[in-house]
Amino acid sequence: MTQTMVESRPGTATAQAPAGEGQARSREAVLRVFRGDASGGSEVEYRVPVAPGMVVLDAIHWIQAHRAPDLAVRWNCKAAKCGSCSAEVNGKPSLMCKTRLDHFAQDRTISVRPMKTFPIIKDLVTDVSWNYEVNKRIPPFKPRPGADWRWQQSDVDRVQEFRKCIECFLCQDVCHVLRTHELKHQFAGPRFFVRIAGLEMHPMDGEDRSGFLKDHAGIGLCNITKCCTEVCPESITITDNAIIPLKERVVDWFYDPLRMVWRKLTGR
Amino acid sequence: MEKYETHEHDVLVIGAGGAGLRATIEAAHQGVSVGLVCKSLLGKAHTVMAEGGVAAALAHVDPQDGWETHFRDTMKGGSFLNHWRMAQIHAQESPDRVRELEHWGALFDRTQDGRILQRAFGGHTWKRLAHVGDRTGLEMIRTLQDQVVHLGVPVYMECTITRLFTEGGRIAGAMAYWRESGRFVVFRAKAVVIATGGVGKSYKVTSNSWEYSGDGQTLAYEAGAELIDLEFVQFHPTGMVWPPGVMGLLVTEGVRGEGGILRNAKGERFMWKYLPEARRHEYAVDEDEARRWVEAAVENRQTDDKRPPELSTRDNVARAIYTEVREGRGTPHGGAYLDISYLPAERVQRKLPSMYHQFMELADVDITQQPMEVGPTMHYMMGGIRVDPDTASSTVPGLYAAGEAAAGLHGANRLGGNSLSDLLVFGRRAGLSAAQYAKALASNPRLDEREIEREAGETLAPFERTSGESPYDVHRDLQTCMDRHVGIFRVQEDLELGLKTLATLKERARKVRVEGTRLYNPGWHLARDLANMITVSEGITRGALLRKESRGAHSRLDHPSMDPALGKVNFCVSRAGEEMKVAATPLPEMPAELRYLFEMAKEKVG
Repeated sequence: MTQTMVESRPGTATAQAPAGEGQARSREAVLRVFRGDASGGSEVEYRVPVAPGMVVLDAIHWIQAHRAPDLAVRWNCKAAKCGSCSAEVNGKPSLMCKTRLDHFAQDRTISVRPMKTFPIIKDLVTDVSWNYEVNKRIPPFKPRPGADWRWQQSDVDRVQEFRKCIECFLCQDVCHVLRTHELKHQFAGPRFFVRIAGLEMHPMDGEDRSGFLKDHAGIGLCNITKCCTEVCPESITITDNAIIPLKERVVDWFYDPLRMVWRKLTGR
Repeated sequence: MEKYETHEHDVLVIGAGGAGLRATIEAAHQGVSVGLVCKSLLGKAHTVMAEGGVAAALAHVDPQDGWETHFRDTMKGGSFLNHWRMAQIHAQESPDRVRELEHWGALFDRTQDGRILQRAFGGHTWKRLAHVGDRTGLEMIRTLQDQVVHLGVPVYMECTITRLFTEGGRIAGAMAYWRESGRFVVFRAKAVVIATGGVGKSYKVTSNSWEYSGDGQTLAYEAGAELIDLEFVQFHPTGMVWPPGVMGLLVTEGVRGEGGILRNAKGERFMWKYLPEARRHEYAVDEDEARRWVEAAVENRQTDDKRPPELSTRDNVARAIYTEVREGRGTPHGGAYLDISYLPAERVQRKLPSMYHQFMELADVDITQQPMEVGPTMHYMMGGIRVDPDTASSTVPGLYAAGEAAAGLHGANRLGGNSLSDLLVFGRRAGLSAAQYAKALASNPRLDEREIEREAGETLAPFERTSGESPYDVHRDLQTCMDRHVGIFRVQEDLELGLKTLATLKERARKVRVEGTRLYNPGWHLARDLANMITVSEGITRGALLRKESRGAHSRLDHPSMDPALGKVNFCVSRAGEEMKVAATPLPEMPAELRYLFEMAKEKVG
């Protein structure tokens, strides 16, 4: 069984076993994977042969191929670029494709559960459609009229950080406003503050999203505990670089006394 | 039969990568009703993994560039088996498509004078690839996705199309199931655009995701469309070779574009040895010239020095690495060393951030300090659905195709960066033509209830069986078969053996049994995808058997040179009842004014 995991490159026959591989080959990992659907479920234990460098998603695939062909999991790129394989590994929101088995103590059972913030569909797959609904409501990119489409790299370094987001929704999963207080109807969540920051700080954008941020996205509900930043697999500094500057924009626009007078006078 | 939901659209787009999204946008702009169906969640399609950049002769960095050079590079890269008209349209239109993306909000890296920056890539004469670090595909897919979302187009996510319906030979709709619930969906549509990508999952060592199972090619084939050039499978030279779980994962050509050097285990820089004589003059003569070229690129200045030999075309670099390994000069894990660590760490991290993290996190390798180990990985299908270059129409009325699922642009080998531009240029044309076709259609095609019922029965059959293999076992054996018998280097006996094995696999796939319920059941989903993979794999193998020459990505050890006669034909696969038919069809001849471009550059055509 281990053979499938450590098989050498077909065709390139000279692959040699590096030192230490033999030892790793005999190892087994014990995974407790949530199995169930909306009606309930429980963790099921699987023993999986471990190959060097193996990640949790490899183990899940092994279980599918050898033990439970109907084990539901989302995945695509297996390279931390698509953000599909989000789950909670030992309680931590993680991408399964970049969570290495050898980062856990050998004798420790690894628990793999679906994201808690979203309704379960089956096993490790949750219904994340709410995120797509939020996204639809965000005022889109609107180029400033007559803009000169030239800018320096330094003008976009900041905004390119936000555009690294792979929409894994781990930040949404960990955010206590959504996870504990279940305020999905009032709060857009960190992912969409990152998206809005990317639009607001785009050098050519002419839209104003302050009203949307305050009244529809509920940015005031975030009390900057930075949990989202901690779980971001793209290392986007969500709280400091996206949410706080957006909060400042909203405060400036709606609560600055001079602005309030200006808005009264101009009717904006 | 059980109840199913029905949706009606003028144009149904299958696949939500770059080509499908661009087609959707264009069709929606034409004012017709469009539906977009995808197997994954929106924004997860393969385009998201594209790294290095999108090729377009913007001439921002190298002012000598222009569509004519891009055209010539594409034709040369494809060993002149490309459809000349597709290559021409592609080279002419890609700059506009890139600028359009920028106007939709995409943020490309910048030149010093504030325009879109371009980098070097294999086979491109000039620095041509607009890019965003090494995550160009992500930027493209988000930009296109946002357009689609704000156009209000219905997106049917996690929905698999299993069959196209025709009426009187023209497209009438499609049958699908929701991956989540396993329930059936019927789409009535006047026109269908296939943008489903390739078939990487037929191979074990591949850079492709599970979605790449040849669905579009098979749907079209079953509906009566012609497929061409299936024997041309691109093995990307640089996939990760270690650790085993990530074997095949892509290492962007951008590493070589930024100056990455390939060496074997003996420390030899081997690429000079493998440059084709006819192209040798396009590359640096020695290490000094190659180094000067990299220095100029880093400092963002013009140079007369030629590019390093590592920037040869992908087919050539893949064969070179493979040969080095086979002849005993491979690295400990059976690859070659790819080294970028001689550049300042800060630059490597800025230009190749995903690669830095990928190797650090998955392989414990710091690419700013150590070389990477890389080897060939199945990456791309040059072949696919035969389309008309101007309209992207297949040979079935109402059926269109774009992107990797379509064929013709890349000929025998695709240049890096030409895929992202392909998606935009031909995605747009497919959406436009499909919308125009749908508008002109007088009556709605009708669906046959019996066909719907038959299709539902076939899809559910694996649940009914009380015995049979797991689809995972058949899939594993398919991958082993394709890796072993229809890989980078091919010979007659291997290919014949492969074809025999495929026949057995086809039988086994017909008898697989799945466990569990219809609720989000990956085993069941695989059972369905498996049939598509086997169909396309058979086409690849049959084409490879007939093409008794070596051209582009197709290398026959028993026929090592190019055969000029075979340079004038495409092998065309079509369905004849239950049998697969393969016929040689003439390649359209390039008109005199385009041949003249090669004469001007003193280059040989063919």
